[in-house]
Amino acid sequence: MGSGSSVNVDYKYSLQKSENAFKAAVLIQQWYRRYVARLEMRRRCTWRIFQSIEYACEQDQIKLHNFFSYLMEQFTPSSSKERDFISRMFISGESYKEAELEKYCDYESIEVPDSYTGPHLSFPLLPDHATALLEAFKQKQQLHARYVLNLLHETRKHLKQLPNISHVSTCYSEEVTVCGDLHGQLDDLFLIFYKNGLPSPSKSYVFNGDFVDRGKQSLEVLIILFTFLLIYPKEVHLNRGNHEDHMVNLRYGFTKEVMQKYKVHGKKILRMFQNVFCWLPLATLIDQKVLILHGGISDTTDLDMLEKIQRDKFISVLRMKKRKESNRKVEMRDINGESKSEADAAGNEAAPRLSLQPQPAQAPSTANRLEFSRWIRQTVQEQIDTCRRLVDISESEPEELTYSSTVSLKYGDEPCQPHQEEWQQILDILWSDPMPQEGCRANKVRGGGCYFGPDVTEKILEKYNLQFLIRSHECKQEGYEFCHRRKVLTIFSASNYYEIGSNRGAYVKLGPDLVPHFVQYQANKSAHMLTMTQRISRVEESAFRALREKLFAHTSALISAFKAYDEDNTGRITLSNWATAVESVLRLGLPWRMLRPQLVRSTEDGMLEYKSWLDDLAMEQRSQEHIQSSLLEVIYRNRSNLETIFRIIDKDHSGLISFEEFQQTWKLFSSHMNIELTDDGINDLVRSIDFNKDGNIDFNEFLEAFRLVRQCQA
Amino acid sequence: MRFGYVLHLFSTAGSDALHPAGVCRRGPARARPGPRRYGDSAGGCHGGEGERRGDIGCIVRSLGCFPSEAELRELLAKLVEEVEDEEATRFIHMEKFLPVMTKVLLDRSYWPIREDVLLHAFEALDENKCGYITKEDLVKYLTEEGEPFTEEEMEEMLSIALDPETDTLHYRDYLSKLVVDETKIFPFHV
Repeated sequence: MGSGSSVNVDYKYSLQKSENAFKAAVLIQQWYRRYVARLEMRRRCTWRIFQSIEYACEQDQIKLHNFFSYLMEQFTPSSSKERDFISRMFISGESYKEAELEKYCDYESIEVPDSYTGPHLSFPLLPDHATALLEAFKQKQQLHARYVLNLLHETRKHLKQLPNISHVSTCYSEEVTVCGDLHGQLDDLFLIFYKNGLPSPSKSYVFNGDFVDRGKQSLEVLIILFTFLLIYPKEVHLNRGNHEDHMVNLRYGFTKEVMQKYKVHGKKILRMFQNVFCWLPLATLIDQKVLILHGGISDTTDLDMLEKIQRDKFISVLRMKKRKESNRKVEMRDINGESKSEADAAGNEAAPRLSLQPQPAQAPSTANRLEFSRWIRQTVQEQIDTCRRLVDISESEPEELTYSSTVSLKYGDEPCQPHQEEWQQILDILWSDPMPQEGCRANKVRGGGCYFGPDVTEKILEKYNLQFLIRSHECKQEGYEFCHRRKVLTIFSASNYYEIGSNRGAYVKLGPDLVPHFVQYQANKSAHMLTMTQRISRVEESAFRALREKLFAHTSALISAFKAYDEDNTGRITLSNWATAVESVLRLGLPWRMLRPQLVRSTEDGMLEYKSWLDDLAMEQRSQEHIQSSLLEVIYRNRSNLETIFRIIDKDHSGLISFEEFQQTWKLFSSHMNIELTDDGINDLVRSIDFNKDGNIDFNEFLEAFRLVRQCQA
Repeated sequence: MRFGYVLHLFSTAGSDALHPAGVCRRGPARARPGPRRYGDSAGGCHGGEGERRGDIGCIVRSLGCFPSEAELRELLAKLVEEVEDEEATRFIHMEKFLPVMTKVLLDRSYWPIREDVLLHAFEALDENKCGYITKEDLVKYLTEEGEPFTEEEMEEMLSIALDPETDTLHYRDYLSKLVVDETKIFPFHV
């Protein structure tokens, strides 16, 4: 009995102990999972920040081009100088006749000096050349301009023979590997080749566009891809992306990279690229079942039309020469309408305070639960409506408008617009994004292409008897993502795109069964070493830095918006109003309340002293103290646009423009941005920077001077 | 203040921010013009297809709650009533989520685990009361007991928590480190 009871006690004790262990484990797990969920929330916020800024930039780009197009139609130059100035912007787009191109971008006369230690190419290319190139690039060598040009000429010859839609069959090579955006990240390409093997007769590859821009080695990526293209023409397929477009390159870095690496022959090389890009095929079809294109589709996508288009006519998809007379009114309304509704939306919010903002004092007591719930419902609903309103730019559009009818509205009254339609087809497949909701709407965020829903996908798949689509164009955290019931696959191959640790890259392999197999990677060893927490913190820091810069760049607009909520001029506003005001100015669609702790360090009783907050922001950003702050703000805000305009004007890509051109640029720019800037203002600006190059301005220097000085944050 | 969170949450949701988290607005049937501002599409955030459980858990936990997995499942059961087609069950509609979540917050369900309680939990696993738990013990408890961790979760926790030299978890230090990290970013004190 004694032993019996002691057994019982032992049993009880061990039972209790294991119960405790169980409970303890549950607690720890519960707590840890919450910690992870918080991290995930932070990660998503960060992602949103990067993405919003990226897309807002693209939108800017399109607006700028719309402006130039408008200008082309409307502007009456007051002097021959002005006329020259404007017309120069639009000449570059013309396609060169083959003979002209050969003459201008001739490479035969370029000598390769004996001192050159890089790889030598001879045509036709052999696999050895490819290996030599890979090795050379790993050693950070540069291919001589002569070989680059030669390569480009040969590539162009080859691409010309290809149809708009490439056809690939899995019966010849067992598997096809599809890669997404590379964006000049050579390390990722190396990693893909390392993991998957080089292209060969038994290894087919499809590269789905966006090989250039943003990354620093776009040239090398292209050279390698083109080399393999020529060596294994049956196995390597390239699709055009929206960045294979010289107008986009002006803004996003490819043009700059080429000019920096090839100071003497850069111009020729760029011309050739410009031409080669427009010869890239538009899509690839695997086994007639899987359609691969860069952006997406729209409800008007017509593969038959796409097959027949003369794709080389579309050097840049961004600029479309509109026909003059009958379009004028429509355009004017469009452009004016656009800017007007923007002003209205912003104007409305800046006006006397929205009565919707709930002041904490007004909340009914929690004692009366029913009333309280009702109050919550109402305020939440109002918040949602407010956010919707803030973010919808075009409220004037009738809701039944589908994407295709929008398009016909714009270019409507014309009887037959083959050129326009074709342009639209290409724009759609290069710029569109999928969305979860049904339907097809204009892609306002990017400014081109559309958002297409699962029904649009379904229709296209049915119409052409396809199984699924593969596209790229959007960065995904895991490198790939399905949507539309696994009928649309996004594949993205540039890892660490926003920042080290931000995302993985991936490629997908398809065998004859067309079942996708994914391989993910991250091309930065140090990223592996970091824990999830560290990785997220790091990317987060980067995102917030970018966001603070944006806030600074809109200082004046922010002050007006804040003042609207501060009728008594106390210099303080509630945090709620702060969030609303910031969104109304920046229009990035970000969850400002969640981001607030990182942006606003100190508050008193839930109120913010906005002037000092903005001053603090300015302290972080200011690199040129002696320049008038409002001017600084303007430059920061529009740096991208400015740079693009400069590069367009700088026809010979020398990096220099004359002082006069600079002034004219500025005037043009101010009219586009509705900025008031006196001649004195510009002169002060010029004087403050050392321009001593025979009346020429090195605009790279100019822009560098205003680049954010990144202070090391502990 | 608590309701501030709800407002914050739904103002972000209002701008479709939490759509990928499995909460969506069922608006009018017609397509409404408006920009989309999130990167994760309907498929969710993990490269595969939506993980509805994980996403709802994310939201609930970010609001300051500490539900266990079982409690989450219960909550989900309340939210996902009709089983329509496959796609629909991936999304929880705002109108349904709002009242349920509001109630959760008002009722103070899934109340947060206080630091000292958590400390006791670690101490309960520390048989010898020496201030640390070995890696083996930790893995054993957390992957076999309670609501077991997946391999991934265990690995991730170990990477932050373990002292690499001794392969042990000094739980007091771990706690204090993480608590600081937490409060730094989010203002949501419950």
